[in-house]
Amino acid sequence: MCGVGPFAGLEFVGGGYVRAFIQVQMSAQDRSPPIPPIPALLETRNITKIFGELKANDSVDFAIQKGEIHALLGENGAGKSTLVKILFGSLQQTDGSVLWNGESVHVDSPSQAKALGIGMVFQHFSLFEALTVAENIALSFGSDVELADISERARDLSHQYGLPLDPDALVGDLSVGERQRIEIIRCLMQDPALIILDEPTSVLTPQEANTLFETLFRLRDEGRSILYISHRLEEVQRLCSAATIMRHGKVVDACDPREETAGSLASKMVGAEIEGIEHKFAGEVGDVFLELNHLSLPSDHPFAISLKDISLKVHAGEVVGVAGIAGNGQGELFGAVSGEDVQDNPSAVRMCGEDAGAKGISSRRALGAAFIPEERLGHGAVPELPLTDNLLLARHASDKSSFLSLGGLSVIARGAINSATKKVVEAMDVRKSAENPPAGALSGGNLQKFIMGRELDREPKLLVVNQPTWGVDAGAAANIRQALIDLAANGSAVLVISQDLDEIFEVASSIAVMADGRLTQPVPASELTREQIGLMMAGTDLGSGAAA
Amino acid sequence: MRIELQKRPVASSTFAYVSPLLALVLTLVAGVLMFIFLGKSPITGLYTYFLEPLTDPWSREQILVKATPLTLIAVGLAVCFRSGNWNIGAEGQYLIGGMFGAMLPVLFSEWQSPLMLPLMLIMGMLGGALYGFIPAILKARFGTNEILTSLMLVYVAQQLVDWVVRGPWRDPKGFGFPGSKSFSESATLPKLIEFGDAHYGAIIAVIVAIVVWFVLSKTLKGFEVTVLGQSPRAGRFAGFSAKKMTIFAFVVSGALAGLAGIGEVSGSVGKLDDKLSLGYGFSAIIVAFLGRLNPLGIIAAGLVLALSYIGGEAAQITMGVSDRATRVFQGLLLFFVLACDTLIHYRIRFISVVKVAT
Repeated sequence: MCGVGPFAGLEFVGGGYVRAFIQVQMSAQDRSPPIPPIPALLETRNITKIFGELKANDSVDFAIQKGEIHALLGENGAGKSTLVKILFGSLQQTDGSVLWNGESVHVDSPSQAKALGIGMVFQHFSLFEALTVAENIALSFGSDVELADISERARDLSHQYGLPLDPDALVGDLSVGERQRIEIIRCLMQDPALIILDEPTSVLTPQEANTLFETLFRLRDEGRSILYISHRLEEVQRLCSAATIMRHGKVVDACDPREETAGSLASKMVGAEIEGIEHKFAGEVGDVFLELNHLSLPSDHPFAISLKDISLKVHAGEVVGVAGIAGNGQGELFGAVSGEDVQDNPSAVRMCGEDAGAKGISSRRALGAAFIPEERLGHGAVPELPLTDNLLLARHASDKSSFLSLGGLSVIARGAINSATKKVVEAMDVRKSAENPPAGALSGGNLQKFIMGRELDREPKLLVVNQPTWGVDAGAAANIRQALIDLAANGSAVLVISQDLDEIFEVASSIAVMADGRLTQPVPASELTREQIGLMMAGTDLGSGAAA
Repeated sequence: MRIELQKRPVASSTFAYVSPLLALVLTLVAGVLMFIFLGKSPITGLYTYFLEPLTDPWSREQILVKATPLTLIAVGLAVCFRSGNWNIGAEGQYLIGGMFGAMLPVLFSEWQSPLMLPLMLIMGMLGGALYGFIPAILKARFGTNEILTSLMLVYVAQQLVDWVVRGPWRDPKGFGFPGSKSFSESATLPKLIEFGDAHYGAIIAVIVAIVVWFVLSKTLKGFEVTVLGQSPRAGRFAGFSAKKMTIFAFVVSGALAGLAGIGEVSGSVGKLDDKLSLGYGFSAIIVAFLGRLNPLGIIAAGLVLALSYIGGEAAQITMGVSDRATRVFQGLLLFFVLACDTLIHYRIRFISVVKVAT
């Protein structure tokens, strides 16, 4: 067990800063009374980063003390990622300095950051699915390290920190939570004094998140510092003893999140009180606009999930939420419903009263359906193409009469598309740096607002959306969720696939859970608790979960 | 110090225009070095290659003759490359197009009709399209690598044409030389000027380039080509089929290569012989990239490449430089064009490495 007091970290940490820190403390206690002020582990002074005309970071000052979990909060585009990338050496600041243990340092590359003692766990994992856990970890070390040693150390660390992980397992077989553990262990093997975690719980079940929190507390108790980036304010309040809040590239506040409410933190982030979501469900629903009848789909590659006998009805006027952990068939379900994967059986998917199983995505759109995929770049939008082209991307079939002219020639009507794009940008408050920038130049939240607006502008009868607010800031997320609810209130059917339980509870009138390619029947949201859903998400059915 | 490529947040529009010019300049610099190594005067060399042909009316016309097939083929390749399909076998499609088109005047040499020429051109396009269809269907159905299959089919086409002109289609009165009977007037593309060499294929090439430019930049089909080339998954989301696009792109580029082939046979040579394969199909790859895969840019790029051919011939005669030097020039040009294109999406950063005290 790791104890408390100045000797706590010694038995785990072979060298580096934690021990140095403890020695400083010891010598300070042993010898002379005037204690020299301990410098912050990491401090930034006046960090400024300019991209073209945009100040992504504007004179950012903040400090992380040793042994604290420090939250970095802010909307998308507030400059959190830029700041973290500077700290981790993947970007260089235009101006300002970084102090490490009180000494000015230049972090020119991630490997230099690692040498200093900074580790990072990214939101999107960089793992090879066909390799084992140990092999993946070995990739970040030199070739002189034996694979067996790495396995051994990984096994030790996973025991030590309560992160169960088999070093010989194939990554492709592991859940998202387990994959995250690989990243954390990979990071811990460098023995970091500071660990940066980017949105670590966005992919986890509530149970998995709890395990992670315990690990984080243990790391903190060893004297390590953690920089925690998250949109989830409850978590930040539970974990962090300090928070730095950014808005438009500037630090706007530093506070102790335990003394705040989720509401006050959120309003500091967005600079205004967030409107509560308004439910306007009439309680009664209309016609069935989406019907899945025993939909099955074999997986087409080794890491895909096959869909197994899925039946579901979504009525006009309701929002059905599909909860579940990533990688349980949500992407495949979206592909089957959108028509990117066409079914053999026409009646397996029915839309707006017609058999749509054999129809492609363009024909399904023509029936009145709209789709928003999880990945914005490269799926919902082409990063290199301007917004106008990305509007045409999803609407050339449904808006043929206004966007295409000269009949069979299908000449693109640029004027109509430009004005439709302008309308979407205004309606959704999409912030952009140029008149018609490439989609890839927009921040994630703004691009998602654009993609959402692109479909809402059509007033679709049926909207199917996968991860509507993934990586989107709190303000934009609230707008997007409100838009989903309003759409249903105006008589459309909405199917929301999301891993974010808060979101599901916020928008859905009934909830179904997806696990291992199967989907439960939807249950009214008011009859479910988070814990029940969490257990269902983990693949336990409710009956045995209650018995256990 | 370390040199690093850093991705630009937005593609540089400046470099989109500067890159081909920069590539030309770098090619000239490399050319100077090459002439020095060959022991020739670089100034005379560059003059012979790139300026002398422009001073002489005969050479100017030859440039037009060579630029015609290069442009036609490259315009088709632009459609292919933009859609993410790598057709390296245009040379084969060009040969089969020439052979298909020659079928009519060879087999029906008695038939004199104004319909002859248009039918020949259509047959040429059909032949090229069918030959382009082979690697396309192999890719769409079985996931084969189209670079390999299309390239290998070039050698098949070369042998096939060689066999036809030596065997079944050989002119019995041709003293045993490989080659068909010379075509009658109704099967010959008219010349632009009487007794000249440049033929109406040049006009056709310009019209084709403009039509393809219009389709690519103004219509939904062109949009589909771009989207599938940039992001196949987003293309699928848009309701476009990558497989159908593979077929479409190969058939279009095969047809245009075939048109170039029959244009060469009917306009320049006047019969099908064993010297049809001059490497236009490969040089057109350079033309397509030098023209930024834009059909209008390709017209200019076709003229530049044609210039290097004519200059190369002149340099062989007057300076005794091997014709391989011409190929080296063309290779350098492609190399530099592709290298300079990197600058559109990346910038070069020089990073001084500071040792960290730990």
